[in-house]
Amino acid sequence: MKASILNQINEARQRRKGAVTVSTEAEGVRELFLEDAMPEGLLGDATGKALRTGKAMSQEIDGELLFFNPYVPPVRFVVIGAVHISQALAPMARLAGYEMEIIDPRAAFATPERFPDVALHADWPQDVLMNSPLDAYTALAAITHDPKIDDPALSAALEANCFYIGALGSRKTHGRRVERLREAGFDDAAIARIDAPIGMDIGAANPAEIAVAILAQMIAVFRRRGIETQH
Amino acid sequence: MPEDAAYQTHDPLLAAESWLSEGKGVALATVIETWGSAPRPAGSHLAITEDGEFEGSVSGGCVEGAVVAEAVDVIGRAEPKTLEFGVADETAWRVGLSCGGRIRVLIEPLG
Repeated sequence: MKASILNQINEARQRRKGAVTVSTEAEGVRELFLEDAMPEGLLGDATGKALRTGKAMSQEIDGELLFFNPYVPPVRFVVIGAVHISQALAPMARLAGYEMEIIDPRAAFATPERFPDVALHADWPQDVLMNSPLDAYTALAAITHDPKIDDPALSAALEANCFYIGALGSRKTHGRRVERLREAGFDDAAIARIDAPIGMDIGAANPAEIAVAILAQMIAVFRRRGIETQH
Repeated sequence: MPEDAAYQTHDPLLAAESWLSEGKGVALATVIETWGSAPRPAGSHLAITEDGEFEGSVSGGCVEGAVVAEAVDVIGRAEPKTLEFGVADETAWRVGLSCGGRIRVLIEPLG
């Protein structure tokens, strides 16, 4: 592998950008593709699959055995709201391998007693996110039911192009939210990126089941990202 | 322990970059295939210098010694080499993949 490729891999990881190397046994690493400049055709399908699944794999293309090694930044899962759903969601997310953190300015909700072993910020989302900005490998779920807290976080998630953005609330609540986001200057295509009502439709009937629905939807979006734009 | 952050974070690719910038000969070993219950998944890295310093892991400690020795040779010849370790062959018994899995490791020179 050329030193320049090694430097690019490290730079991509530092900037939290995905990358895939392509190797042969005879040459070692032959090429590096960054997530925003993926190749076309069969090579593109294979690099895309490695990047989405986060798993290294071998595939024969044009009679040549190639090894694809993805470098995928760890997912950051930001939940706005230290509520019942978050209490169930935190251990589930940890079991599934996703680092979750909770932001809620209401100090009575965001207590370590209610949320042991979770990164907890008892502060406003806009203040917390200023210090640790969202990015494309971040999922954000806004579930406080309070527009004063949820809206600034949703705006930040749209601006940062988070791969998953979900918001709790009925269709009616979401309708009012859409109006507010339009007034804030977001177009309909951007607003449509918000999954609302939040969570995969499994008929969830209590906070723990809503947590399952949110986690499932976030994972589905993460593992299938880029598939629809590839072809 | 050196003060360099790359050593402190135990990141093989950062260590490799840092070693290269110091002018050392460096090789990178990568797990390219696994069978059975291999301890480290495909894609795992071990970076090695010509002096036998190393960072990272391809097997959780079972075959690192053999890979480091081969890597020094790879740096000298400046050509990649592929090694296979598994319970079925004698080398593996000697270096010991205790898990019963088999792995294929590509070692390539860097720079």
